[in-house]
Amino acid sequence: MSEVAVETLQTPHDEAAATEKTVVGFWVYLMTDCVLFASLFAVYAVLHHNTFGGPGGQELLKLPYVLVETMILLTSSFTCGLAMLAAQRRNKQQVLVWLGVTALLGLSFLGLELSEFRNLVLDGNGWRRSGFLSSYFTLVGTHGLHITFGLIWMFVMMFYVAKRGLTNGVMKRLTLISLFWHFLDVVWIFIFTIVYLFGSRGI
Amino acid sequence: MIFANLLGRLNWHALPQDAITRGGAAMIVLVGVGAVVALTVTHKWKWLWKEWLTAQDPKKIGVMYIAVATLMLLRGAADALMMRAQQATSVGSSQGILDSYHFQQVFSAHGTIMIFFVAMGFMFGLINLVLPLQIGARDVAFPFLNSTSFWLFASGMGLVNLSLLLGEFSAAGWLAYPPLSELQYSPGVGVDYWIWALQIAGVGSLLSGVNFLVTILKMRAPGMTLMKMPMFAWSVLASMSLVAFAFPILTVTLTLLALDRTLGMHFFTAGMGGNAMMYVNLIWAWGHPEVYILVLPAFGIYSEIVATFSRKKLFGYASMVWAIWAIVLLSFTVWLHHFFTMGAGANVNAFFGITTGIIAIPTGVKIFNWLFTMYRGRIKFTTPMLWFMGFVVIFTIGGVAGVMMSVPAIDYQVHNSLFLVAHFHMMIVGGVVFGYLGGFTYWFPKIFGFRLNERLGRYAFWCWSIGFVLAFTPLYILGLMGATRRLDHYDASLGWQPLFIVAGIGALLVGAGIAFQILQLAVSIWQRDQRRDLTGDPWNGRTLEWSVPSPAPVYNFSTIPVVYERDPFWVVKRMGAPRQKHYEDILLPKNTGAGVWIAGFAFAVGFGMVWHIFWLAIIGLLGVVTSIIVRACDEDTEYVMTAAEVEKHENALARRRQTV
Repeated sequence: MSEVAVETLQTPHDEAAATEKTVVGFWVYLMTDCVLFASLFAVYAVLHHNTFGGPGGQELLKLPYVLVETMILLTSSFTCGLAMLAAQRRNKQQVLVWLGVTALLGLSFLGLELSEFRNLVLDGNGWRRSGFLSSYFTLVGTHGLHITFGLIWMFVMMFYVAKRGLTNGVMKRLTLISLFWHFLDVVWIFIFTIVYLFGSRGI
Repeated sequence: MIFANLLGRLNWHALPQDAITRGGAAMIVLVGVGAVVALTVTHKWKWLWKEWLTAQDPKKIGVMYIAVATLMLLRGAADALMMRAQQATSVGSSQGILDSYHFQQVFSAHGTIMIFFVAMGFMFGLINLVLPLQIGARDVAFPFLNSTSFWLFASGMGLVNLSLLLGEFSAAGWLAYPPLSELQYSPGVGVDYWIWALQIAGVGSLLSGVNFLVTILKMRAPGMTLMKMPMFAWSVLASMSLVAFAFPILTVTLTLLALDRTLGMHFFTAGMGGNAMMYVNLIWAWGHPEVYILVLPAFGIYSEIVATFSRKKLFGYASMVWAIWAIVLLSFTVWLHHFFTMGAGANVNAFFGITTGIIAIPTGVKIFNWLFTMYRGRIKFTTPMLWFMGFVVIFTIGGVAGVMMSVPAIDYQVHNSLFLVAHFHMMIVGGVVFGYLGGFTYWFPKIFGFRLNERLGRYAFWCWSIGFVLAFTPLYILGLMGATRRLDHYDASLGWQPLFIVAGIGALLVGAGIAFQILQLAVSIWQRDQRRDLTGDPWNGRTLEWSVPSPAPVYNFSTIPVVYERDPFWVVKRMGAPRQKHYEDILLPKNTGAGVWIAGFAFAVGFGMVWHIFWLAIIGLLGVVTSIIVRACDEDTEYVMTAAEVEKHENALARRRQTV
């Protein structure tokens, strides 16, 4: 019979264990989200040539515009990282500043995406036009929806940090939202590559 | 604009029009009104809210899951009896009791309800009841998430039942294949009810999956390495991994169908660049793993039952674990066998035929392991053991039929026939339901503190088993004779009617089995004082849940056990290890109604989307988001039960044991 370390994971004040549990749970959730996006990518892959006589990616997607979007989102990931570094130094003011910058960048990304959608719809190339456009709007739009919820979350967190300071509970939630934000960045890299880079070349 | 018509598609014509639907609707209203009156007369509303609806204790949540699943079982069984009655009588010039559109709604509702709201409900119920106890934990990883999952499940259930009162249910089969399920061919609200009920309940299942994965990975008692876990915990770990991988696919698939129907997109439409076969692929990429999500926990339950009642440790523990994970892996490689006739080509069909054949091997390993566990054991033929043995027979017959159909050439002959219907019922009822019923009987004393009546349990078992074989063996034969599934009328010259009548008698016998179970529950509650389990260990069990008193206290374990071996409680009992008690403060979650609110708003979203009452859907969505934010900002969610209180409680339990 081997010696077993007898430390319970559940003593009332074991904050570290509780945080670890939450972070693991959030990772598992992110992986399920990953499967969700994977399914949407698969759907896009099946339908992306089904233009039904309408325009395809080559005609519709403008790379320079998307490059700006991409740069903005990547920068927002960087500033989100800066916010986390500031949080680790327990510098409340800096956390608020960097979260604010991140949220602004996220908002401008969202604005650019919506304006792209708007132009497509106004040109008569909305989601009803073809299977390709349905899958395009849904894949890119689902990412945009995630960004929207991320932004709501970020504003709540800024309020929370301002009001309560960097308590353990706040630190835990900051860890989660930064994971979420970086994850959305990774998903965007795939969208940028598969939808825009490949699409603009008609692959 | 969209707000022009405040009630969307909803109007007076949505109320039930025909006699049978009216009867069903009246039943639901009567049960609902009866419950409200009873609660008001007895002044139990506050009790219900405080003790149950807002409960965070997984044992209470588990009981609520099982209560909902039992109610839905009654409805699903009523659907089954209607189908049997229709097929037994609708022959030649007789048209039977249902018109074909109504019949289509009945079989769609039967499948949907039985899988999503009976089997899934029972499964999550049992996991909630037992899993934390088995791994020596006081709770699940995220108690509030757990209660939210339950309420989302309940809210989906509410939508399905509402379709009886307002509008109609889907007539497109339990998986709603397009293009039939597209707006063009199903313009009513039925498919929308189906989509939103499953979407809401499905999100709940997904969250539960995450919750139990983390619970098992992070909250096991000290010393309980993965390879020392009880087999039920292993099977739940595997099943929840499948949930995490498969349910997002369901979420996407349902969303895409909803987008087609509501926003005019073209994912699965017949024209405009849609691809209906993509739906079939997607839904089965979720659907086949779903079968294993349901059956793996049942396998876990059988492993516990057979070891306990054979008085032996489980035979081939490690091979059991490997078999489970082989099934997990393979379950993602077989989905195409649901549509060999799609015409994907000989090589593709051959690949999926072979993987399907292979998946029978780890399943066979498990069957043999259970049989070898019984070999030279001192077997006690209790009700749970009877369910296990019934399972071995029926599941093996059904499994062999499944291996037959894994050969694409044979599948072309029996595709969509009653042969298939008989096969999967033998797997899901014989495999899944028998397991859950056995598990329910087995763990009942741990939760309620008294045993179920054995004699009535045996009657229920024999009615179920004999009735089941009577109901489904004729379907194998009919299937081979060419009877297709979902048939509402056939010609008398085919000579099928006698077999359909036998099947109907079998279904009635299963109905008697269900009646015996309800009687068993009622009689056992009546006699509960004579049936008390004072030891906490009524079956001479092997795992940690039997080491605590029955009913298990809210904190499960007054002191967290330390585990050295498999079957830890058996080892402790054999070695007579002294259990020194030094109590500690215990942190427990406070009850909260936030889960009820979130699910209530989700229900509003679903209802609004079904009837195109978009303002309601928007309010619902805002409500969900706001409730989550409010809840997330609440940091006062736990309370401490002090060591002194725990000691007092434990001493009271010990005194009660001695006095009786």
